[in-house]
Amino acid sequence: MLKGMTRLTTRVHKLDPGHFLRMGTQASQSLAAPLDSQVSSESLRSISRTSEDDPAKHEERHEGQHYNLPLQEMKTIFPHGLPPRFVMQVVKTGEEIGVKTFSEACLMVRKPALELLHHLKNTNFALPAVRYVLYGEKGTGKTLSLCHIIHFCAKQNWLILHIPDAHLWVKNCQDLLQSTYNKQRFDQPLEASVWLKNFKTANERFLSQIKIQEKYVWNKRESTEKGSLLGEVVEQGITRVRNATDAVGIVLKELKRQSSLGIFHLLVAVDGVNALWGRTTLKREDKSPIAPEELALIYNLRKIVKNDWNGGAIVLTLSQTGSLFKPRKAYLPQELLGKEGFDALDPFIPILVSNYNPTEFESCIQYYLENNWLQHEKAHTEEGKKELLFLSNGNPGQLERLCAYL
Amino acid sequence: MAAPCVSCCALLSYRLFFRGKVNLAPRQVLWKAAAAELPTVSGSQISRLRHTTVLTTKKNVAALRRETYTVDFIKKQIDEFNIGKRHLANMMGEDPETFTQEDIDRAIAYLFPSGLFEKRARPIMKHPEQIFPKQKAIQWGEDGRPFHFLFYTGKQSYYSLMHDAYGKLLNLEKHKNELQAKGLFSEEAKTKDLIGSRWLIKEELEEMLVEKLSDQDYEQFIRLLERLLTLQCGAAEEEFLQSFRRSVTIQSKKQLIEPVRYDKQGMAFSTSEGKRKSAKAEAVVYEHGSGRIKVNGIDYLLYFPVTQDREQLMFPFHFLDRLGKHDVTCTVSGGGRSAQAGAIRLAVARALCSFVTEEEVEWMRQAGLLTADPRIRERKKPGQEGARRKFTWKKR
Repeated sequence: MLKGMTRLTTRVHKLDPGHFLRMGTQASQSLAAPLDSQVSSESLRSISRTSEDDPAKHEERHEGQHYNLPLQEMKTIFPHGLPPRFVMQVVKTGEEIGVKTFSEACLMVRKPALELLHHLKNTNFALPAVRYVLYGEKGTGKTLSLCHIIHFCAKQNWLILHIPDAHLWVKNCQDLLQSTYNKQRFDQPLEASVWLKNFKTANERFLSQIKIQEKYVWNKRESTEKGSLLGEVVEQGITRVRNATDAVGIVLKELKRQSSLGIFHLLVAVDGVNALWGRTTLKREDKSPIAPEELALIYNLRKIVKNDWNGGAIVLTLSQTGSLFKPRKAYLPQELLGKEGFDALDPFIPILVSNYNPTEFESCIQYYLENNWLQHEKAHTEEGKKELLFLSNGNPGQLERLCAYL
Repeated sequence: MAAPCVSCCALLSYRLFFRGKVNLAPRQVLWKAAAAELPTVSGSQISRLRHTTVLTTKKNVAALRRETYTVDFIKKQIDEFNIGKRHLANMMGEDPETFTQEDIDRAIAYLFPSGLFEKRARPIMKHPEQIFPKQKAIQWGEDGRPFHFLFYTGKQSYYSLMHDAYGKLLNLEKHKNELQAKGLFSEEAKTKDLIGSRWLIKEELEEMLVEKLSDQDYEQFIRLLERLLTLQCGAAEEEFLQSFRRSVTIQSKKQLIEPVRYDKQGMAFSTSEGKRKSAKAEAVVYEHGSGRIKVNGIDYLLYFPVTQDREQLMFPFHFLDRLGKHDVTCTVSGGGRSAQAGAIRLAVARALCSFVTEEEVEWMRQAGLLTADPRIRERKKPGQEGARRKFTWKKR
């Protein structure tokens, strides 16, 4: 099925992505049976929550329900990956429950994520990596869907290469060094070292298994031999901040090369991928602007997002929120990626993430009510729910912001 | 009477000058400046000139004293008015016999178009009784003896009115007792006369009696009338009571309700416009829908990122409990984000009137949903930095 899809994408990517979605998702049925809200609170709880914690077993019948994400896993898999508002929500839930050790994160199972999971379960690792692009309006849940996918892949023991927000690498960088490896490019030691630390936390067990296949010389005194562990490269990057960017480049190159060998499955997850082909706000000393390709991190990232390797998948998210010089209402891939980016990502599977439909909305409200987030006395009445629906128009981000005040 | 006449003519001309009137040839049409709107209820007193001494001082203190008009003067004015009315009717080519006050107003507005903003400063021609304030007649005869038996109370018309009303009350009670004794008494309800009318206010009563009253006097009078209401009255008493009631116009009947239109697919919809500051909006509300709103082709969540604006849009639907039931498509231009939201809100509320009962329209009007917000940006004044902000005050 994937073969057919890759051929189709080249022909079809110019069409309306919604049209393609309808073709590609013949397997996914219509919505799960609409659940009444007049049932007792017991079954209301069953509407909004499910006990199925393993993303691999999530199916359409779980659509709209929240599943529990244990804190420990959260810390290992997503050291940096979750959006800040979500983390705040988790911390808040923990404080309200009163016991700091037991606080939970709940993610909602939604259709785009289910679709992606379905594709991922059926990936053919012999073929080049397929690119999936999650796009949608602001606040519809692209980043959290990405986190859901990452959780699934982590459970399946894939190697996760997660860049939480590519926009952070193209703006507000205090120190830019000229790259030691290539004189035209620029290094970003701080961002690279932070990322390396998080990468290490996320993928501890792989670092002691993978061996690099080349010798890398850092400077006159230090070098890493061929056949030593990847973990050593990462350590080098973390300790010697000056070489962090090069360490990142090496990691990306090695992983790309070795995933084709089939030792492990590689998931490349980039949030805000439109930063790679946009503009930067960084300037040289003579105030001339820097193009993204002159940043070493971005250059290496572009290489790994190309689909010339196999043995894994690439899941990307577009984001207008952190993007530079893009209008607020732009959300389509063509608008956010620009011509260059669109051509670079050319055969990809677009997945639209939209606002909540009525069941999902109900479920979200139930979840908030259970955790005592909504203290307003009208919150659990029908009129209150209608008001919230109108004010947020089903947009998850807006709804969360509204409920934070109630 | 010649001397007083002359002086009072001088007074009149002086007053005319003060009020900004121009007295053309007396036989022609007279412009009279309007006083405050005087009631047309005929007074119970005959206006005769009060005997006032004419001060002959060097300064012209005419403006400081109460203006006095002789009976002859008023009569003369009335004659002149009637003749002038006939002339005006001839001028306009209408029948002098059936020339009403509205016709007069229209004719004057046509012949003397005025660009003045203040309506009371424009030329008018009205019956002298409406223009000259009513004055008390002489209340004592040549021997100095007052005509009215209650003159020495000070407020003779008020007390005589109270006396009459109380007399009527006593009569009615006596009548009722007689009927009860005979066993012919029967209860009847009569509340229908009272809806849509109100009692006189204190100012109107003062004008009617041409006397100053205190608040307690007025309250006492109203209480007496209420007591009269509770009893059964004959026709004469009813008339007496009705002369003290004024009607209250019901505001909502002036509300214009758009008709419901049907488009090609047979969907019912209604269109209307709304304005706020400098934003103009036109909204098309469909009767059956799912609560989607599109502004200038863009979803309202994207067009109004601020929650406050979306709450404004929600207000008409939430008030009528029709949150998810209508679809709206609207266009808006001008103004800022808050003004556009307010304009759309007004347009939507007006459009919803056509799908809603009369009572709910009245509720909406009382909630202020159907009133256009009259607030506009205040002009900057010279000598100040802004509309209200003054320049920094420096002591030296």
